[in-house]
Amino acid sequence: MAIADLANPTRFLKFANRTIPWLSGLTVLVFAYGIDQAMLAPDDYQQGATVKIMFLHVPSAWLGMLGWGVMSIAALGTLVWRHPLADVAAKAAAPIGAAFTLLCLVTGSLWGRPEWGTYWVWDARLTSELVLLLLYLGVIALWRTVEDPSRAARAAAILTLVGAIDLPIIKFSVDWWNTLHQGSSVFRVGGSTIDTSILVPLFIMAAAFTLLFFTLHLAAMRNEILRRRVRTLRLMQASAVS
Amino acid sequence: MNAVNHMGFIVASYAAAVAVVGALVAWVTFDYRAQRQRLADLEMRGVTRRSTPARSERAIEQAKEKA
Repeated sequence: MAIADLANPTRFLKFANRTIPWLSGLTVLVFAYGIDQAMLAPDDYQQGATVKIMFLHVPSAWLGMLGWGVMSIAALGTLVWRHPLADVAAKAAAPIGAAFTLLCLVTGSLWGRPEWGTYWVWDARLTSELVLLLLYLGVIALWRTVEDPSRAARAAAILTLVGAIDLPIIKFSVDWWNTLHQGSSVFRVGGSTIDTSILVPLFIMAAAFTLLFFTLHLAAMRNEILRRRVRTLRLMQASAVS
Repeated sequence: MNAVNHMGFIVASYAAAVAVVGALVAWVTFDYRAQRQRLADLEMRGVTRRSTPARSERAIEQAKEKA
């Protein structure tokens, strides 16, 4: 099946029905291996056992941003090509991205208390991450407020593209401002500052979270296509009655 | 750093992850079932994507009522 064929919702549904069980199984396997490796990883010489929170916090932060990235690409599909599947992809990604952003904030707060002595501080990294969560909630609210899906998609696409400016702010906030949050330690010029014994489990957990994201996204897209079919049928039924 | 002192934060983080991921999986699963059920209900009532038969049936019913 060519990728272009997936632009057809019916073919996409067939693809999703075939793929979701395999992706789900693979996600469970990679999570099992990742959690095993994370638990076996040594404690950090400074942070001790609390470094285990990093295996949740960092992947959820990456996926919160990835979710908005997916929505931004889909927003271009909505505004430039006006493709309904792009609307579906954007709408389906929003709650998932919001959930990962929330998890990032919660685990960061729980990690911050023993390390910084506080659950929250209004520094640039934490605040820009909170802004991302609020943007997600705004897009979800917009989808729920506008009844016509195509109108809602265009409004949400504009908000998504405007909100995308928060992504580089999150990434570079630790460089641009003096923050309590530590600087980049994984993807940085000169290589990672994290020891391999901790970095490898982190990448396995990141792979597991990424698989989870795309599995959930595929399933949520399938649900959204079905929801639109239900809406269309109900409108047809209503027009037949009137 | 004493691991035991901070065990509560670690456990709370993993519990939060289980809760969030569990909520997402439950949302996707129950939403799928709900949409499938709604589609099945509509199809049972004769409303399909090519719902000409549904309209015809209604037209027949209306004709019977008039008769």
